[in-house]
Amino acid sequence: MYLILLILAGIFVNNYVLSQFLGICPFLGVSKKVDTAAGMGVAVIFVMSLASAVAYLVYNLILVPLGIDYLYNIAFILVIASLVQFVEMFLKKAAPALYQALGVFLPLITTNCAVLGVAVLNMQKGYNFIESVLNGFGGAAGFALAIVLFAGIRERIADNDTPKAFDGFPMALITAGLMSIAFLGFSGLIKL
Amino acid sequence: MDIMNIVNPIISIGGLGVVFGACLGIASEVFKVDEDPRIGQVLEVLPGANCGGCGFPGCGGCASAIVAGTAPVNACPVGGAAVAEKVGAIMGIEASASEPMAAFVKCGGTCETAKEKYDYFGIDDCNMAVQLAGAGAKSCAYGCLGLGSCKKACAFGAIEIVDGIAVIDKEKCVACGKCVSACPKHIIELLPAKKKVKVQCSSKDVGKNVMQVCSSGCIACKICEKNCPFDAIHVIDNLAVIDYDKCKSCGICANKCPKGVITGKRPAAPAAEAKPAAAAPAAPKAEAPAAEAPKAEEKPAE
Repeated sequence: MYLILLILAGIFVNNYVLSQFLGICPFLGVSKKVDTAAGMGVAVIFVMSLASAVAYLVYNLILVPLGIDYLYNIAFILVIASLVQFVEMFLKKAAPALYQALGVFLPLITTNCAVLGVAVLNMQKGYNFIESVLNGFGGAAGFALAIVLFAGIRERIADNDTPKAFDGFPMALITAGLMSIAFLGFSGLIKL
Repeated sequence: MDIMNIVNPIISIGGLGVVFGACLGIASEVFKVDEDPRIGQVLEVLPGANCGGCGFPGCGGCASAIVAGTAPVNACPVGGAAVAEKVGAIMGIEASASEPMAAFVKCGGTCETAKEKYDYFGIDDCNMAVQLAGAGAKSCAYGCLGLGSCKKACAFGAIEIVDGIAVIDKEKCVACGKCVSACPKHIIELLPAKKKVKVQCSSKDVGKNVMQVCSSGCIACKICEKNCPFDAIHVIDNLAVIDYDKCKSCGICANKCPKGVITGKRPAAPAAEAKPAAAAPAAPKAEAPAAEAPKAEEKPAE
């Protein structure tokens, strides 16, 4: 039950984009079409779950025993960047269809701070291995949900007659703000 | 100060980097996908704008398709003959010189010539307007709505809305085809840029119905078909259609067209020679479009 709550909390209550404001760059950048947003979402779920697992192992098996846990940021970035590269190569060989679908988005995830954020938060909250992976998965699913919803709204707004000053990004930012307020309604629902 | 405080991080983080680097190096060998080296070479000579004008997802997709043989070496409409030649050299195929294309709006129904069913005050977008009753305000169901969806789609600023219809600047057009897919009326087509003779109408209605809604629409009178010395223009489904493989841009059809629908009129001198040959009752009719001739020529040039 606790683990399910952990995932739900990641998706709704502690939504990385709308509540913690991590990963805003891809959230705004790749949210013009629902298709591409969904592709990005799936890619992030994939990488974030893996990254939380590997980051946990690196932190607890290498950094802590050596007493250099203050270097976690550098180590995590290293982990995530190589992981994304590795996943890209692996997919290209093993699942070309999936690679075709995610291809463009995989390298973009390297710069998604939500991935680093989830690794750091796992460490700060002292989650164990399973909790870390599930938190990573939940957080990524929350990201995917937020970006798909946002893309759906933007697709509709795109055809509307907005005042010129609000056209494009200003409107997107206002939309994101309103969505964030809406997600605020979830806060406090789940206490972990 | 303990020297290990410095050595430990250097070794561990450095080691981590080396290990990951080695892993990636090995992985790149293990998971190597045998990619044709020509894909990279082709990709290099393509323009790299990723405009999607070729119909493939970006220049990378186009390069793969060319190497795979599913696309011709001149698949890139933006690069044109220069790029096709380079690609051909890589592929070892003589580039069949692709004729430069340009988008053309097949409608001449300006504010003066075409009637409107009602006043449209909605969102400035053709895709919105066609969803309304009668598919837009223009009386002609085939006509350009002039709300500029193609103009918005054009990344090269080649489209202007003049007199209620979209007009494409041939010089700026790179034939990426974005406007072609943006037009909800499907009246923009990529045609050979050098050919001057183009039918400026898309209406497949019978002549009588066309006349009721637009004074510059093709009425399927077949005069052009009868006068073409090269058998290049035919009236198909009540609309004149030019076969550009046969068309020599002589402009005879443009001169003969009683409605001035066809662009690319010949200079006045040969037209005058042709006039006496025309039947006497046709003369007053033939004069009227001749008077409009300079107008019609100015418009596409804009």
